[in-house]
Amino acid sequence: MKSAVIVLPGINRERDMARALTLISGRAPAMVWHADTALPRGTDLVVVPGGFSYGDYLRCGAIAARAPIMGAVRSHAARGGLVLGVCNGFQILCEAGLLPGVLMRNAALKFICRDVYLRVERSDTPFTRGYNAGQVIRVPVAHGEGNYVADQDTVVRLEGEGRVLFRYAAPDGALDPAWNVNGATNAIAGVLNASGNVLGMMPHPENHVEAALGPTDGRGLFAGLADHFKQAA
Amino acid sequence: MKARITVTLKSGILDPQGKAIEGALKSLGIAGVASVRQGKVFDIEIEGSDRKAARAALEQAADKLLANTLIENYQVDLK
Repeated sequence: MKSAVIVLPGINRERDMARALTLISGRAPAMVWHADTALPRGTDLVVVPGGFSYGDYLRCGAIAARAPIMGAVRSHAARGGLVLGVCNGFQILCEAGLLPGVLMRNAALKFICRDVYLRVERSDTPFTRGYNAGQVIRVPVAHGEGNYVADQDTVVRLEGEGRVLFRYAAPDGALDPAWNVNGATNAIAGVLNASGNVLGMMPHPENHVEAALGPTDGRGLFAGLADHFKQAA
Repeated sequence: MKARITVTLKSGILDPQGKAIEGALKSLGIAGVASVRQGKVFDIEIEGSDRKAARAALEQAADKLLANTLIENYQVDLK
């Protein structure tokens, strides 16, 4: 799997992401600067990592979404290439129009940095094939604006088309407002675009991939992606 | 030319920051505050004197960057 991690001013999770990708796919990603206008030839997966691009000025992800490299990311997505946005990366993909909706201020107005439980809704996508549908995974979140909001028609469409891949849930997988940490609509933690090749998610699977650091539930996402490209090759 | 673009949240979009400010105003005892919605103001200087071109440029700026039209409305005022 040839991956590329987009590096923007103010991003701070790009090295965690590169470490997870290298560890699990066996191949270090290309680190691609925001001012570049092309991705390395043969890129399979583009990752927009987390952090605080441009200091969250204007709106989270708004300025990054207009960075020169985003044209290439948009073309990659339009060709059916896989794109993963995590945390600020999710906000950037929404601002870029690659994903519907917007991430608003957390309902309780506080920055949340803690582990959460996610229910994996589907296992038949390149992003979630490393999990079972209904499986609950534990991964961390660290964000102030993760409260997913979209207009009602969009939410109905997302649900109807099975485009919600991850939901905040209780440890047993039950949906419970008490476990929906940021107040997201329908407890949405991760959504797909209409063609199923762009995923945005607020939690950080890249931070739970090494036993020395705790749970390794994040591995399934990267292992699934690596398998996807191994089978395609 | 001086211009001002005002960006406001669409009605129906939850505004937790506005709610928090509303709560603070009420706790200060400021009379008659029914509700607060928070928005943004951009003061922009435009070169030249072509008002029509300036307005078009400002609307482009608001559409492309200053407002997220999924959740926000904007108003362009050219002085």
